[in-house]
Amino acid sequence: MPDNKPLFKEITKGILKENPTLVMLLGMCPTLAVTTQAMNGIGMGLATTFVLLGSNIVISALRHIIPDKVRIPAFIVIIASFVTLIGFLLEGFVPSLYDSLGIYLTLITVNCIIFGRAEMFASKNGVLASACDAIGMGIGFTLALFAMGSVREIIGAGQWMGLNIPVLHNNPMLLFIMPAGGFFTLGMIIAFVNKLANRKPPAEIKCGEGCEGCPAAAGCDNPGKEAAER
Amino acid sequence: MKGMLVILLSAMLTDNFVLSKFMGICPFLGVSKKLDSATGMGIAVIFVMICATAVTYPIHHGILVPNGLEYFDTVVFILVIALFVQLVETALKKLIPSLYKSLGVYLPLITTNCAALGVTVLNIDNSYSFLQSIVNAFGGGLGFMVALVIFSGVRRKLEYADIPDTFKGVPATLIAASIVSVSFMGFSGLFS
Repeated sequence: MPDNKPLFKEITKGILKENPTLVMLLGMCPTLAVTTQAMNGIGMGLATTFVLLGSNIVISALRHIIPDKVRIPAFIVIIASFVTLIGFLLEGFVPSLYDSLGIYLTLITVNCIIFGRAEMFASKNGVLASACDAIGMGIGFTLALFAMGSVREIIGAGQWMGLNIPVLHNNPMLLFIMPAGGFFTLGMIIAFVNKLANRKPPAEIKCGEGCEGCPAAAGCDNPGKEAAER
Repeated sequence: MKGMLVILLSAMLTDNFVLSKFMGICPFLGVSKKLDSATGMGIAVIFVMICATAVTYPIHHGILVPNGLEYFDTVVFILVIALFVQLVETALKKLIPSLYKSLGVYLPLITTNCAALGVTVLNIDNSYSFLQSIVNAFGGGLGFMVALVIFSGVRRKLEYADIPDTFKGVPATLIAASIVSVSFMGFSGLFS
């Protein structure tokens, strides 16, 4: 059991080495959808971190009680409950953020990162380690979203966190806050991370082929192998 | 009738689920390598989206709203979708094995596809009627499939391209997706 691993390591690995968005390529939908502004990126990141922390703690606390066969529905219910909770909290305290995240707040439920960490980490490790893992992954996700949001907001709107940027503000490249710009920016950032890390490009996303790439597919009886052979 | 057509076409083209709402990016990038798997996944998604809408709509309006439990939407919807996918899989396996063979591998992946949950929530948010919801789900699914099929063609070209090492794999795919998304921007304003 990695329970006795230094807890600090569990936090730091999520930020760089196993960054959920840029390295493991999980949770692409919110990454692309809400990052038209840096502030939205932070909000989405923190909301996801909250859900991740809650679900990781509860799932790891219940990991001996939940029968293996019904673990997928059980995990989903736990995650969805936390999503409902954060929805209420945001609606009550930060209504502007609630409005700008919109439907994507609900869709945290099906974010691969949360499901993946529940399946890969929380269901196998102790409560404290799972909480640290969730914090690390959450920070990594938030940072990635913040970077995405900053790039898109600065180039696409000539603003940053609501502050106007002198020259760019008069000549915004609107494309960057449009969906197409989201794909483009994410591609560029991943390429940049590749270059920095000077490592081989990450394997193709394997959501539909081989379940190791998309832990959310854990619920299936390994359909990926067949899909890859087709 | 005209309203229905607008909902269908706007869900399919202007508000394409993949390219402008970013739902279902995972299968979009994962399964779009080959044309036949893209088609298979597309059909499976259309099927599940329509059925999920048909099931969640009565649940929301018949059970949750009268009892003031709308905030349970997320929990109930995702459970319904998960159960439904399981049910469809088992039923297809027993009843139409040939169809199961071609769609079966994609079904479990749909549980965690944002598009399925997204369309059910959107239908409620937009306060569509039952028929409108079904049409919206069908259009959304069709748009998903169109995007997947088009993109599988783009990716086949991409495989023969000489790409710098840093961009190989995911970055190149994402940038290609961005260009496809630009082309779909041409539809915007078509039905306003």
